[in-house]
Amino acid sequence: MIKRHPEPLLWMLFSAGGVLSGMLMPILVLLFGVAFPLGWLAAPSYEQILAVIGNPLTRLALFGLCVLSLFHWAHRFRHTLYDGLQIKHLNEVIALLSYGAAVVGSVMAAYLLWQVS
Amino acid sequence: MGGSHVYSDYHPRWLRRKLSTYWWLEKRAYVAFILREGSCMFVAWFVVYLLLLVNSVVGGPGSYARFLEWSATPWVLTLNIVSFLFIVYHAITFFVAAPQAMVVHIGHWRVPGVLVLAGHYVAWAAASVFVSWLLLGA
Repeated sequence: MIKRHPEPLLWMLFSAGGVLSGMLMPILVLLFGVAFPLGWLAAPSYEQILAVIGNPLTRLALFGLCVLSLFHWAHRFRHTLYDGLQIKHLNEVIALLSYGAAVVGSVMAAYLLWQVS
Repeated sequence: MGGSHVYSDYHPRWLRRKLSTYWWLEKRAYVAFILREGSCMFVAWFVVYLLLLVNSVVGGPGSYARFLEWSATPWVLTLNIVSFLFIVYHAITFFVAAPQAMVVHIGHWRVPGVLVLAGHYVAWAAASVFVSWLLLGA
């Protein structure tokens, strides 16, 4: 019997999350996190942002971005804790907490994006 | 695994050297590595921030305005400026590694790594322009 190991799947999620967050996050942080608060650019009005987020394609893209980025984080965080702090004996606990957090975050993202109308 | 292990017959002393918890401060390359790995924390923070934004939009015009105000408070602004730097570093380091992870073939021709990397940068630029247009243009 072939024992299936989850690592390749987790690596795929990690990789996809790295690419997607790399493509989309810098501009989003720059706009919402820096340019709008500092007044360099005018933030979208409520009607504009509602129209953008209300579009099902935007919500699908945001959902993908959130889920993949969270699994990207979970994978990297888990491995960094192993290597950086050398706490391999806490393997299962760390994996459970990091991927668990990613699952919880994904469910919350789905719930919130579902609420937009 | 250090000095607590005493040699006895049939129980040889551990050969592995105990590594300091701060091993990654020893060399610049190690620091770069840990910064790259650490950058994922800012990716996670930004997911939280995005979800707070969506939540505020769900809450109506008042809560969206409060979200924008909250974003301008010093600690959130500082956190987001630092996040921006780390997220850009995160993106670049990830794209630079892409040619090693992705072997692209067109027919029998293997696409050189430089082109794979260039493709990522072009897509990154296009995505940034598109998002800006979506949020600022219409």
